[in-house]
Amino acid sequence: MIQVEHLVRRYGERTVVADVSMDMARGSMTAIVGTSGSGKSTLLRMINRLVEPSAGRILIDGRDTAAEPPHLLRRRIGYVIQGHGLFPHRTVAQNIATVPRLLGWAPERIETRVRELLTVFQLDPAQYGAAYPHQLSGGQQQRVGVARALAAEPAVLLMDEPFGALDPIIRAKAQEDLLAIQRRFGTTVVLVTHDIDEAFRLGSRVAVMSEGRLLQYDTPAMLLTHPADPFVARMTGVSDRALKLLSLTRVGELRLFPVEAATAGAAEPRIDASLSLREALAELLWQGTGHGIVCDATGRPLGRISVADIAAHGRGP
Amino acid sequence: MALRAAALGVLVLFLLRPQWFAPLFTPLTQYGAPPIYDQGNLLELALAQLGTVLLAALASTVVGVGLGLFVTRAAGRAFLPLSRTLVDIGQTFPPVAVLAIAVPLVGFGEKPTLIALFAYGLLPIFENTIVGLRSCPPQVLEAARGMGMSPAQCLWSVELPLALPLILEGIRLSLVINVGTATIGSTVAARGLGEVIIAGLLSSNNAFILQGALLTGLMAILLYDALVGLERRVCRSVRID
Repeated sequence: MIQVEHLVRRYGERTVVADVSMDMARGSMTAIVGTSGSGKSTLLRMINRLVEPSAGRILIDGRDTAAEPPHLLRRRIGYVIQGHGLFPHRTVAQNIATVPRLLGWAPERIETRVRELLTVFQLDPAQYGAAYPHQLSGGQQQRVGVARALAAEPAVLLMDEPFGALDPIIRAKAQEDLLAIQRRFGTTVVLVTHDIDEAFRLGSRVAVMSEGRLLQYDTPAMLLTHPADPFVARMTGVSDRALKLLSLTRVGELRLFPVEAATAGAAEPRIDASLSLREALAELLWQGTGHGIVCDATGRPLGRISVADIAAHGRGP
Repeated sequence: MALRAAALGVLVLFLLRPQWFAPLFTPLTQYGAPPIYDQGNLLELALAQLGTVLLAALASTVVGVGLGLFVTRAAGRAFLPLSRTLVDIGQTFPPVAVLAIAVPLVGFGEKPTLIALFAYGLLPIFENTIVGLRSCPPQVLEAARGMGMSPAQCLWSVELPLALPLILEGIRLSLVINVGTATIGSTVAARGLGEVIIAGLLSSNNAFILQGALLTGLMAILLYDALVGLERRVCRSVRID
């Protein structure tokens, strides 16, 4: 979907992005993580040409992005920034309609799309459509920012620290929403963050950058178990890497020891199949039992899980 | 509100029926001099002055906003110090001195007054345009660019609307300053209420001086009020948090 080939960006003597090559698959969510000044934002901004590469090229769907005028390219690519950047003089509906209007959609089509997006983002169109951004809470502003970026159904969505300005509770909700939205629309998402936990939660693949170089680009599990570089190991965190590894797998994905409904003791704690292994472990430790019954969303028991089963998944290579 | 209506009433009444106010001004005259200006129609003079001021403000707005836009673009950034110096000179140079220089060049009448008012009113519009355009939040501009607005679209649909409150404020300041300043145009034979004041000064008639000043003052206050109202209406939705 997106192919980044030998991308370089220099500012005078300083090289901010040094020879980065990577591919992002269609419908995937890629997280680019790094410390500030690592070049991650510059890399992202080169994809929609807010920054022009000094060397190298980017292909989207096989087409070189340099081949068309930048403002036309950007209308096909969603873009979300930290602090949302909503237009303060336009209503929520007008904000969301920005790119469709630039593309010359028919008014009825725009209205239908705005309504649909507001509903998807749990904002009542009647209540919020005519509101101005300053009348919304921070979490709502952020959702409108994402809705605006998705308005013209872009195949690619770029996000630069999109949740950086949100408090932890709203951020967790926004991350969940983003995963749901991405599954719903099948958008290819590239997200920049300095928060490794966020990168692991959202990214199907994570790119670690430092000083302009791409150190490793792999699945979260591979980054944890086979860090390519001491910096990657430091970045992903050494002290709690077993727990991080556990948080990558959901209980429902495990092969469970089957259990008869009748034998499932009432005393055993129930574990929701959608929990991560880390959350399930925490729950079992909290309950003080060595094992629990995994249930699906309807409460039907799926099998039994023990602390030892979980622990086996946290073992390093 | 009531005060504003009263001021408007006094102004309109004075311009249409000046003789009704004669008893009020008679105590200010000596030796049976006329209490109300009798060498011209007050309404005509007031409208002529307003016309001159509006025309000058239109020119100041076109040049001030245009120049402000130019020096905030990448291409014009280098011209900011020069433009600022020129505009500052326009404000520092006393309008009377501008008249003195302009009369030999363009002759007597309305033209030198227009030049003086144009130069005098440029600064508030120019500076407010720059501040307005610069106060546009950087994330908003980044978002506008990132969504595929061309530089012109970005200017028209984001930067200018957000700068509009400040630009309007600059135009208002410029207009109100110049309503008063325009009275000096009468020294070079521009039609206006300055004529009444100068006639009073020449004939030592305090009634003329006072009514000329009063009418000019009322016009400035009412114009200020009207423009504040207009700004509120135009900018109700423009809020930057």
